[in-house]
Amino acid sequence: MDELVAVSTPKRPIWQRLIGFNLVSAVVLAIVGWLIGYWIGGRIHAPSLDFFADNGQNDISILLGYLFGVIGFMIGMGFANYPIRRMLGHPPTLAEHESEGEGLGRYFRLCTDHKVVGLQYVVGIGFFFFIGGLNAMFIRTELLNPNSHAFGPNQYLTLVGLHGTMMMGMMTSVILGPFANWLVPLMIGCRRMAFPRIEAFTFWLLMAAGIVLLTTLFFGGFQTGWTGYQPLAGQGTAGYDAYIGFFALVGLSMCLLGLNLLVTIITMRPPGMTWSRLPIFVWSVLATATLMLLASPMLLAALLMGAFDRAVQTGFYVPGIGGSAYLWQNLFWVFGHPEVYIVALPGFGIVLELLPVFTRKPLWGYRLAVAGMLGVTLLSFFVWQHHLFVSGINADLRPFYMLSTELISLPTGFIFLCAMGTIWRGRIRFTVPMLFCLAWVFNFLIGGISGVFLSDVPSDVTTHGSFFSMAHFHYTIMGGLVFTLFAAIYYWGPKMTGFKFNERLAKIHFWSLFIAFNSTFGPLFALGLMGMPRRVVTYPTNLQALNDWVSVSAYVIGLSMLVFLVNLVWSQLFVREPAEANPWNSKSAEWQLPTPVPVHDFDRIPVFDGDPYPYGVPPATAPVGIAPAGGTA
Amino acid sequence: MNEVNHFRRVVLIWLVSSVILTPIVVLAAQGIPPGDGSVQAAGQTTDNGVLLGLSTPVALAVVVFFIYSLIAFRERDTAAVLDGPPVRGHAGVQLWWIVTTTTIVLFLAGYGTIRMLADGAGGGQGPNPIAKPTSSVPALPVQVIAQQWKFTFRFPTYGGVETNHLEIPANRLIAFHVTSLDVIHSFWAYQLGVKADANPGVDNIAYVQTKNPLTFNIHCAELCGVWHGYMFDTGAVVSGPQFASWIAQQRARFAPATKLLPPYAKQYFPDPQHRGG
Repeated sequence: MDELVAVSTPKRPIWQRLIGFNLVSAVVLAIVGWLIGYWIGGRIHAPSLDFFADNGQNDISILLGYLFGVIGFMIGMGFANYPIRRMLGHPPTLAEHESEGEGLGRYFRLCTDHKVVGLQYVVGIGFFFFIGGLNAMFIRTELLNPNSHAFGPNQYLTLVGLHGTMMMGMMTSVILGPFANWLVPLMIGCRRMAFPRIEAFTFWLLMAAGIVLLTTLFFGGFQTGWTGYQPLAGQGTAGYDAYIGFFALVGLSMCLLGLNLLVTIITMRPPGMTWSRLPIFVWSVLATATLMLLASPMLLAALLMGAFDRAVQTGFYVPGIGGSAYLWQNLFWVFGHPEVYIVALPGFGIVLELLPVFTRKPLWGYRLAVAGMLGVTLLSFFVWQHHLFVSGINADLRPFYMLSTELISLPTGFIFLCAMGTIWRGRIRFTVPMLFCLAWVFNFLIGGISGVFLSDVPSDVTTHGSFFSMAHFHYTIMGGLVFTLFAAIYYWGPKMTGFKFNERLAKIHFWSLFIAFNSTFGPLFALGLMGMPRRVVTYPTNLQALNDWVSVSAYVIGLSMLVFLVNLVWSQLFVREPAEANPWNSKSAEWQLPTPVPVHDFDRIPVFDGDPYPYGVPPATAPVGIAPAGGTA
Repeated sequence: MNEVNHFRRVVLIWLVSSVILTPIVVLAAQGIPPGDGSVQAAGQTTDNGVLLGLSTPVALAVVVFFIYSLIAFRERDTAAVLDGPPVRGHAGVQLWWIVTTTTIVLFLAGYGTIRMLADGAGGGQGPNPIAKPTSSVPALPVQVIAQQWKFTFRFPTYGGVETNHLEIPANRLIAFHVTSLDVIHSFWAYQLGVKADANPGVDNIAYVQTKNPLTFNIHCAELCGVWHGYMFDTGAVVSGPQFASWIAQQRARFAPATKLLPPYAKQYFPDPQHRGG
C-alpha cells in the first residue's frame, strides 16, 4: 500500500512511477499468470483425458492459463493489497480513493471514486462496443452476396459469435456500469457505493473479460454463436475456451455489480430518501441489479460444467453417457432471458427519468412505473422455455410459457402508459436526449409487438430461429438499450466530463441512426418470414435484393456511429467547451451539484424532503442541503 | 383549449385510422408466409393475420397518441423555462389500461393455445405430442435424421429405407420423427410450416397435413457448426401414386445399404468416443 501512495506522488520520475500497482504491472503479471497456468495445465493433463477428446488440444492448459492470467492481472492492479493488509492487522482505509487526486492517471489505475469508475466504464465498454459493431459490418459485408465470398464459413461464424458475445456480454453492464455507478450515489445522496473496491473490481474484471474474448482469434475462433449450444461447443477448438472464460468473467462481474448496487440502494440512502422518493432511474437500477445477482450464477454453473466437459471429459452435455443436450439450453436461457431484461430495464428507467425533464412535468404514474419494473423482474424468470418451443422439451408446458411470456407485455405496457401520461399536456422540448427517448418509444413498440408473434407457438414455428427473431431482439436491444444509452450519454455526459457535446453533430447522429436503424432491421422481419434462417453464410438468391438493402443501411449505421465518435473526440478532447451546471434546467438532485462534480460529491449529506420530480410546483420542494444552481422556474 | 378537446381528438384520429388500417393489414396478412402449403402452414398464416389485426389498433393507439402530443404540446417558447401541470397520475386511466391490456393478453394466450392444440401447428412436440391431428388414414411416419451437415429420411413403414432426399404424399397426415446423430439441428420445412429441433437422443415429433403437390425448402434452423449455412435441401409433396413409385424406387436403390443400417429406432445415440469434429 505504501507503494501505491508513492506512485501517485507526481514528483517521482516516470520509470519509478511505472513500478507499483498499475496497468503495466497488471499486464506483466497477467502474462506471467498465463504462463504459470499453461504450465500447470500441461503437468496435470494426462493422456487418459484424451479418451473422448476430439480437437487434440489441451483445454486444461488454456482454461488454467486464463484463470491464472486474470488473477495475475487483478493482483497487478492492486486488488490483493487491501485483503492482505487487513489480514496483517492494518486498519481499514480507502487509500485508493483518497490519494489519487485529480490526475489523469487515476483512470488507468485501481480507483474507488465512483465517478472515476463510471467514466472508466464508459470508455472501456465503448471500446468493445465499437469492436462488436465492426463485426456487424463484416457480417453484413458477407451477406451482400448469397454465396460465401468475403469470409469463409469458419471466419464468418466466428464474426457472428464475436458480435453476439461482445454485445450480449459486455453490453449487459453498459448502463449499470457507467451510469448507475456514477449516478446512484449522487441521486440517492451518499458519497460512495457500498463496496467501492468491488465497484472497481467489476470494471477491471470486465476489461479482462473483453481481452480474453479477443484471444479467441489466436485459437481458431468459435463457431457456436453467442448462445454457445452444447454439444456443438464440445467439438469446438480452443477458441471456445475463450468464450467460457469471457462469459464466466462477465457473469462474475455482473453478479458483483448487481450486489453492490443493491446494497447501496437499500442501505446507503440518507434520512428522507424514502422508497417513494427514489428517482425512477434508481428503481430501474434496483430491478436490473436484482436480475444480475440472481441470473448470473446460473450462467456460471452452466459454464463450469461446459469447462469440465471440455477439459476433463465429464459428460454433462453429452447424450448417451448420462448427459443431455437440453441441459445447456435450459440453464443458458434461465440466465439468458432475465439477461435480455437486464439490458432492457435500464432503458425504461432512463426514458422515464428524462421525459419529466423535457416535458417539464412530474413523472406520471410513479407507482405504476415501479410496479412495471418489478413485474418485469419477477416474470422474466418464468419465461425461458419460449426459446425452446420447437425443441421438443416439455411440450405440455408450452401454453404456460406462452401465457407467462405474453404476460410480460403487461408491466411493459405500464412503462408505456407512464411515458404517455408524462408527455400529455407537457411543454415538450426536442433536445437530443429527448429525441433518443422518443425513438425508444417507437423502436420498443415494434420490438414488443414482434415479440408477441414469437411468444405465440403457432406463429413461432416459422419465425423461430429465423431473421424475424433476430430483427425482434435488435429492435428491443439496439432500439431499446443503445438508443437510451445515447440518450444517457448526451444527457449526463456533460455533467460527467464537464464538457459540452456539439449539438449539430449530435442531431446528425440521431437522425441518421434512427432512419438507418429502422431501414436495417425492418426488412429483416420480412427476410425471416421469407425463410432466411439465422447465422447462415449462404441464402436463397431471391433474397439478395433485400439483403443488399439491409447491408447498405447497416453501413449507414456504421457511418452514424462514426459521427458520434468524431463528436466525442472533437468536443471532449479538442474544443472542450465547459458545460453549465444545469443546462437542462432539471430539478433532479444530481443537477444541483456544480460541474464538474467535486471529488467528495457533497459538502454535507443532502436531506430529501420532496418527491424527485417537483415540476409545476414551487421550488421549495426541491432537494435541500445542496447548493441550488441553474434555473428553477 | 382544454384537455377534453385534446383527448377527444386523439381518440377520434385513432378510431378513424384503426378502422381504415386494420382491415387493410388483415387483408395484406393473407399474403404472409408460410402460405397455404399445408393445413399447419395455412393455420400459421391465419394466426399471423389475427395477431397483426389485433396489434394494429394497439400500435396505432401509441403512435397516434405520441405524434399528436408531440405536435400539440411542443414548447413554442423555448427561451422561457415554464413547467407543465403537475399531474401525477389518474387512477381511472390506469385501471382502464390494466383491464384492457390484460384482456388482450389473456385472449392472445388462449387463442394461441387453442390453435396450437388444434393441429400441432407444425412445431416439434417432443416424444409424446399433446396435439395429435386426426385423420382417416393413419399418419405416415417419416424419420428425419440430422447430422453434420445433412438431413436423411428413414421410412419405417417401407422397410426402414433411408433416403437422401424427401418426398411425401399429398393430402396425407405425416408424422416427422426428428432426431440427430451429433449436435442440435433444426428441421425447417419452410412451405409446410414445419420446424422441429433435432436433438441427439430425442424423438421430436411434428405433424403436418399435406395439401396439394408442391416443392418445399428444407433448412437447418439451428447453428450446427461450420457448414450450417450449407445444410439445405429441396423436398417435394407429390401425388399418392407418384410417391408409391418413388419410394419403391428408393427401396430398390438403397436395398444393399438398408441391410447394413442399424435397426430402426426412435433415437440413435452418438458414440461419445467418436464425436465429430
